[in-house]
Amino acid sequence: MTDLIKHDKPATTPSREEAAITALTGDAQAAEAGALDLASSAYATISRVGGRSPSQLLWLKLRRNRTAMLGLYTLVAMYAAAILAGFIAPYKYDNARHDLPFHTPMLGRIHFFDEQGSLRRPFVYGIIPVDPQLATYRDDTSRFPIRLFVRGESYRILWLVSSNIHLFGVDEPGHIFLFGADQVGQDIFSRILYGAQVSLSIGILGILISTITGMILGGIAGYFGGVTDFALMRSVEVLLALPGLYFILILRQLFGTGMSSTHIYFIIVIILAFIGWATEARVIRGMVLSLKEQEYVIAARAMGFSNSRIIIRHILPNTLSFVIVTATLSVPFYILGEVALSFLGVGIQEPEASWGNMLVAAQNNRYLNDFPWVLIPGVFIFVAVMAWNFLGDGLRDAADPRTLS
Amino acid sequence: MKTFLIRRLLAAIPLIFVVTFITKAMLVASPGNYLDTIRLNPAISREYVAQMERMYHLDSDNVFERYWYWLWPAVQGDFGYSFTKSATVGSLIGERVLNTLLLTGSALVFSWLFAIPLGMLAAVYRNRWLDKLIGFISFFGLSIPSVFFSLLMILFAAKTGLFPAGGIHNQVMWDVMTPWERFVDTLWHLVLPMIVLGTIGMAQYVRQMRSEMIETLSQDFIRTATAKGLSRWRVLTRHALGNAINPLITIFGFSLATLLAGALLVEYVFGWPGLGTLIFDALSSKDEPIVMASVVMLVLMLVAGNLIADVLLAIIDPRIRLE
Repeated sequence: MTDLIKHDKPATTPSREEAAITALTGDAQAAEAGALDLASSAYATISRVGGRSPSQLLWLKLRRNRTAMLGLYTLVAMYAAAILAGFIAPYKYDNARHDLPFHTPMLGRIHFFDEQGSLRRPFVYGIIPVDPQLATYRDDTSRFPIRLFVRGESYRILWLVSSNIHLFGVDEPGHIFLFGADQVGQDIFSRILYGAQVSLSIGILGILISTITGMILGGIAGYFGGVTDFALMRSVEVLLALPGLYFILILRQLFGTGMSSTHIYFIIVIILAFIGWATEARVIRGMVLSLKEQEYVIAARAMGFSNSRIIIRHILPNTLSFVIVTATLSVPFYILGEVALSFLGVGIQEPEASWGNMLVAAQNNRYLNDFPWVLIPGVFIFVAVMAWNFLGDGLRDAADPRTLS
Repeated sequence: MKTFLIRRLLAAIPLIFVVTFITKAMLVASPGNYLDTIRLNPAISREYVAQMERMYHLDSDNVFERYWYWLWPAVQGDFGYSFTKSATVGSLIGERVLNTLLLTGSALVFSWLFAIPLGMLAAVYRNRWLDKLIGFISFFGLSIPSVFFSLLMILFAAKTGLFPAGGIHNQVMWDVMTPWERFVDTLWHLVLPMIVLGTIGMAQYVRQMRSEMIETLSQDFIRTATAKGLSRWRVLTRHALGNAINPLITIFGFSLATLLAGALLVEYVFGWPGLGTLIFDALSSKDEPIVMASVVMLVLMLVAGNLIADVLLAIIDPRIRLE
């Protein structure tokens, strides 16, 4: 049969496929014959990119995508800031100046010149409350220079490094509110940094749990088929059909109220992952269905490997690039889920900060109208979600085998 | 067609059973019940609380028993009394469902009205600045948290005074308004929440429309139409649009759940008295009859939406037959 096909084609002008194969295998003569053809064909690209692992290829293609890289850099900066929150933030998240509620943002009120007009190191003026009811303030004449690496409240970075040196700060009794203060006089800038630890890490942790669950369950459903497949896929369909947020709220009330924030944090992660695994599982199952018919899987089975070994060692690694893409694209679901729960008052509770519960203040129309800086955490949510979407979109394009160049 | 409709509606029944049973099970399993706050009140005697517990069937922890007490009257059309508001669930929920339908329906119309032309423009001017601008708009809609967007809109309304900052109608003047004024007033309150919900949903449609349109424009029949000398407008609207729009209707069915979930937050921020806020309040106060009935309504809305999508698809695409 193979002989027949070969003889069908004219021997003098090899097809693109043959030329490419011969070129790749190093048959110089045949390659020469097909050189003209090769130069314009996609196979030239194969030989050029050959010798690189799929992940290297992915990275090469991703690096050429400017929006994706912008997203990646933004995320790196945001996650680094979240990890170093204690160092960068001048105050702790619960450091409340009850005498200074809703102080205006000082970012635009950092002075470089004193009253005489001479250049000074950047400083802010002291604060005198005028009317605490209306939250109006005026500047004192006392100057508080902004110092770098000042000592303040102690903090820990990643539970490991303990320190009390802050990136910047002003001496007591001066106070610096870069992004303004909230209703109890807490520094919004510091709270955004501490809030990032909660809001951003929920995305990563949630996606890890749901991806692993989704991979295992999707792998099992696709590999074994039959009743297991049927049962798992029906539950996936039910989960995907329900309006997520309602289901999240119903699950949330299962756990009751009045717990510590750490408790609630893990409850949120578990609830979100419980819903999130369905998407992953469906994608994985589809891929496993086609992968399990491949020769190398049949070979592995013929060698007598156990089912779990075949699934984990042979099949699942081949789904990895798609898993990474779906995972990246679903991180926003977790970030927004935490924001929604905390905003609705059933998530992270005061005084702990999260981007969602910081927005609660804006729910009050007077606060929103008179002190619009309470909305600043929303900007950060928006930027984080957008960055994940940019990155996910870029990864999807890069993982698409049709764009091989 | 008729058999298809009947079969699809029958298929929804087990879904309602499963979802309501899960909901009831979670309500039973969750700590505490509605009577907890009443128990704390020293003025109410223990016997009375016990009597209420029996009356509301809260005295049993058996999920099946509790579910049956809800299910049996519900099948006969009686969804019971609300615990917190002394009214029948039916009278409370009807208006809320209408409000949510008004909000989600208008948001859908909004997003379709903008998504189809924007997606077409992006496809026609592929890789030009207009395409990139539209791409950015859809990324914006995809990424902006509905809570944040709603709050921004309320800030906008409060600063400019162009639109009411929340609510569904003018509380003060409502009673003295003529029906026409009431209608206009409600629409006026609808604008901002509709824009928020519509923009968020729009992103997905724009991207889908763009890729479908690019696919369609590269096909032979488009070249034929252009070769016949038809104007570009006619080629786009009469030949390409009808073919590109089918997958959009399919994702409309899928995105309905997202739309309803998004509506909850928008309703909450804007103080729009819809189904979402009703469920949220009922869950916090453990008002079980309201939760159960709202869940039924939600599932019904989803099923109906999917059904409408299927029927629309069959009407638009003659290749699809509903059996």
